[in-house]
Amino acid sequence: MRPPSVLASPLLWVGLLFGALLLRMDALRPFFRWAFPGTVPVIYPRASFLELFLAHLAVVATASLAACIAGIALAVFVTRPIGREFRTMVDTLAAAGQTFPPVAVLAIAVPLIGFGARPTVIALFVYGLLPVVENAVAGLEGVPAPVKEAADGLGLSPRQRLVAVELPLAAPVILAGVRVSVTIAIGTATIGSTVGALTLGTPIFDGLVADNLPFVIEGAVLVALFAILTDMLFARLDRRLRRYAPQ
Amino acid sequence: MIELDRVTKRYDGRTVVDALSLAIPAGEFCVLLGSSGCGKSTTLRMVNRLVVADAGTIRVDGEDVSGLSAELLRRRIGYAIQSTGLFPHWTVADNIATVPRLLKWPRERVAARVDELLELFRLAPAGYRGKYPHQLSGGEQQRVGVARALAADPELLLMDEPFAAVDPITRDALQGELAGLHRATGKTIVFVTHDIEEALRLATSIAIMDQGRIVQRAPPLELLEHPANEFVRDFVGRQGLGLKLLSVRRVADRLRRGEAADGEPLREDASLRDALSAMTARRTDRLPVADAAGHAVGVITLADLVR
Repeated sequence: MRPPSVLASPLLWVGLLFGALLLRMDALRPFFRWAFPGTVPVIYPRASFLELFLAHLAVVATASLAACIAGIALAVFVTRPIGREFRTMVDTLAAAGQTFPPVAVLAIAVPLIGFGARPTVIALFVYGLLPVVENAVAGLEGVPAPVKEAADGLGLSPRQRLVAVELPLAAPVILAGVRVSVTIAIGTATIGSTVGALTLGTPIFDGLVADNLPFVIEGAVLVALFAILTDMLFARLDRRLRRYAPQ
Repeated sequence: MIELDRVTKRYDGRTVVDALSLAIPAGEFCVLLGSSGCGKSTTLRMVNRLVVADAGTIRVDGEDVSGLSAELLRRRIGYAIQSTGLFPHWTVADNIATVPRLLKWPRERVAARVDELLELFRLAPAGYRGKYPHQLSGGEQQRVGVARALAADPELLLMDEPFAAVDPITRDALQGELAGLHRATGKTIVFVTHDIEEALRLATSIAIMDQGRIVQRAPPLELLEHPANEFVRDFVGRQGLGLKLLSVRRVADRLRRGEAADGEPLREDASLRDALSAMTARRTDRLPVADAAGHAVGVITLADLVR
């Protein structure tokens, strides 16, 4: 079978579309003028979309990276002999984190640490922890017992067993959790703009307040494309992690 | 080589291994034989400390294993299990290289050893090195599992029902390879099984276990001829006892030296059971016998089998 051409990759086209809209949204000015007569301005003027995207990316990346590190570390801990007792507690805490609406976390965080990106990062972190912990625990527990026994029997240390055998085998399941967590974070980060974080949600909320539909569309389309693009990248990474497995 | 001295293991108040003592000299192929739950696997796993004994001492090469680092001890001892436990995300070569890499062998030495073992188990290195375990048949996986256990050339090999999950034809081939390996290398092997035929074929010494104790320990022939009690007699099986006896006796012991016969010769290290089978298949009561080099050494007749 011939490898599919690069041009046939949806990832490339979605990426190009996203990049083009990010850099040259103003090219659509005639279209928005025609579609929304009487609305001025039709292109969000207060910050460039690239600037909004980079700020959005920074918020999501910080929160998700922290959620992944903490989530995987917790999962590793509760699947080791010393941490087994804490298993239920960690499950409960992570589940409780997810039942809080992110808006409520923002409402609690703002009075404590003020406006800006930081409360948003905290809310996204708390919210994104559960999928990572859940999947990492499931992934680590899914490593077949004979494989673990062989690793021990051949003389791998507990640390070598974790790094060389358990984490690589659990990786596809862990990645699925990270994927859910990050995708949720990209969408949820938009509400950070209500507490002063600069994100792609900023034009959406400004547009809602000022009754300017083009702003809402511009922000929403970019957030959606960002989320789709990220999801596609994860799908590609997932295939790479599973390349040793039966098709 | 291995000494177990009044070793005991309990799980939740149930005694699985009960003050068991066993000495296995270097070069022996010792089979722990018993039905499931008799404590044979637990006994085996206490030798490389996958299970920690509650009481008693276990010495390997004169050293008390409880005083050694578990990892260093295990890297000195080959270990193969029924479900192979091959690492599914590693290639065949990487799997076999596990212990040599843990021992920090130089890269070229590891690669050479991997190819040597693949050759030994009749898996062409060029074709098999880069395969993943799921691309192998059950028998091939088991060969790779045993090759991995042998990779660092350990003096001692522990095997927990390694051939129980493969089909009978493959099992027969694997048993033949393992027996040949034992003859060629003289490694000490401790082998757990519940299959009496397998035990009779492979062992130089069989320890029959029941309820965490050794009921009888003897070479295969002695076990068949002089079972210590009713339990052993039942376990060995009254039916087909004659055939089992034939399977543990060698053609070499009944040979008529100097005589000659026509036809394809039997090897003198073949069992009398093989001889009976060949006679039946070829409708003859007289077969020529050759030594390992293929030189005719004599004849065996049907009457010799039952002498």
